[in-house]
Amino acid sequence: MAKTYNAGVKEYRETYWTPEYSVKETDILACFKITPQDGVPREEVAAAVAAESSTGTWTTVWTDLLTDLDYYKGRCYAIEDVPGDDTCFYAFVAYPIDLFEEGSVVNILTSLVGNVFGFKALRALRLEDIRFPIAYVMTCNGPPQGIQVERDLLNKYGRPLLGCTIKPKLGLSAKNYGRACYEGLRGGLDFTKDDENVNSQPFMRWRHRFDFVMEAIHKAEAETGERKGHYLNVTAPTSDEMMKRAEYAKEIGAPIIMHDYLTGGLSANTQLAQWCQDNGMLLHIHRAMHAVLDRNPHHGIHFRVLTKVLRLSGGDHLHSGTVVGKLEGDRDATLGWIDIMRDSYIKEDRSRGIFFDQDWGSMPGVIPVASGGIHVWHMPALVSIFGDDSCLQFGGGTLGHPWGNAAGAAANRVAVEACVEARNSGVELEKEGKDILTKAAAHSPELKIAMETWKEIKFEFDTVDKIDVAHK
Amino acid sequence: MSDVQDYESSLGDAAISRKYETFSYLPTLSKESTRAQIQYIVDKGWNPGIEHTEPAHAMSNYWYMWKLPLFGETDVDVILAEIEACHKAHPDNHVRLLGFDNFAQSAGAAMVIHRGVSV
Repeated sequence: MAKTYNAGVKEYRETYWTPEYSVKETDILACFKITPQDGVPREEVAAAVAAESSTGTWTTVWTDLLTDLDYYKGRCYAIEDVPGDDTCFYAFVAYPIDLFEEGSVVNILTSLVGNVFGFKALRALRLEDIRFPIAYVMTCNGPPQGIQVERDLLNKYGRPLLGCTIKPKLGLSAKNYGRACYEGLRGGLDFTKDDENVNSQPFMRWRHRFDFVMEAIHKAEAETGERKGHYLNVTAPTSDEMMKRAEYAKEIGAPIIMHDYLTGGLSANTQLAQWCQDNGMLLHIHRAMHAVLDRNPHHGIHFRVLTKVLRLSGGDHLHSGTVVGKLEGDRDATLGWIDIMRDSYIKEDRSRGIFFDQDWGSMPGVIPVASGGIHVWHMPALVSIFGDDSCLQFGGGTLGHPWGNAAGAAANRVAVEACVEARNSGVELEKEGKDILTKAAAHSPELKIAMETWKEIKFEFDTVDKIDVAHK
Repeated sequence: MSDVQDYESSLGDAAISRKYETFSYLPTLSKESTRAQIQYIVDKGWNPGIEHTEPAHAMSNYWYMWKLPLFGETDVDVILAEIEACHKAHPDNHVRLLGFDNFAQSAGAAMVIHRGVSV
């Protein structure tokens, strides 16, 4: 029987709280951590989140009756306590796949983290995880090349890749900058990297940088007989300008370019990733602005969501945190999103903060990049935590070597190879790390000096954002 | 500056400058550690394969295959004997060992066991 129209405000939970609902394979599922205002019942605020992030608005409208809202609405189907925190709770929301444009993480985020985050009945709101059904995954382009293709293009097998961000971040001329790259690459790095804020400033316009860096790559390749790359940052004020720089990078034979996917924007990122796939280019992704979104445990978007969004939008490398360096990163949670980047199927695992099974089907994986405050002493732990399919990036830990970049690079290369050799021989890296490095240093003066230079440096602040576990 | 050591590497001096990827920054693997690396490949369930090349053409994707990959071979001595046979037949060439991971469709391991003289 057809419904009748009653104007006015209805409680959200009458429509959007459906604990009896069983989720469909094709639903997009989300887990929100909700901190409600005092006195608002959990079911009501959870239903409000489901409504405001899908079909609903604050009042009944007559046009609701022109469609089948029961088909299109998002609905909250479960509520759970947050272990160890009474101020908030988890709400699980299911969205029918038809609510979203195919292949558009932009559209999904606009709904799921749109107006609802400013909703007055909430004190805070955090999107903890999204389950993308395989039906939706298949509509996205994903990483341009993927891990195996990258290995084949660069001829690097059976070890982590090694990189270095060029410092100082800003102020070098293009020729001096190319020198810094060349020294690192000839010393044994696979990649050097533009820092994220290197775009096209007056002291070094992008085109000069691209030309000088390309010469550095060519010479280091001829000298070492190994394939090299530099992440040429094409992040730009407009996507037209971004594409112009990408085209030039391809023209001069660069194997890899770089983009900042959050500040540059997801439309631009998806466009660039598709272009990279069409043009055989690798794409390194930086994540400036992520901590603004993901660091507060009660409000924002968890990094595992940003990771899934990037894998769908497209990128071959993504910064993941180091666990051991200078930047934030809880070990179990980091292991969780590293799996999300690389694996084809990830099981729900609350101890790693993973709320849903995630099936990526045949979508290629993304290489996690560990970068920030790491040096040779961290190498055993990094190889153990990240494994071979990773890129370990030592900025200060290369350039700060007392004998310069080439020696710093060689120290890191010897260290990573010594760790891989030991691991393959059955040695426990994190237990025997010091021994492995000391033995390797016996035939590498560069490594020996590096170990003396950085021995005492440690970063031991507690992480702000931890996995939610009972601590009462 | 007197205690700063020069980094010796140049286009002109191939013997000290040319590298060939994984483990080429370490001293040549000993017999014992070569055995350990072969055992690692076997334990991973990968298929061992042997390839060689003239050092002048080491940057090519396609080195010469020594016979076929040793599909299903798990005996470290047999694999080692094939590496030695390849080396004996091509004493001036780089000889590398690979572990083919057919699920990843990629080499899980690759390392030069016998180093030719780079030019």
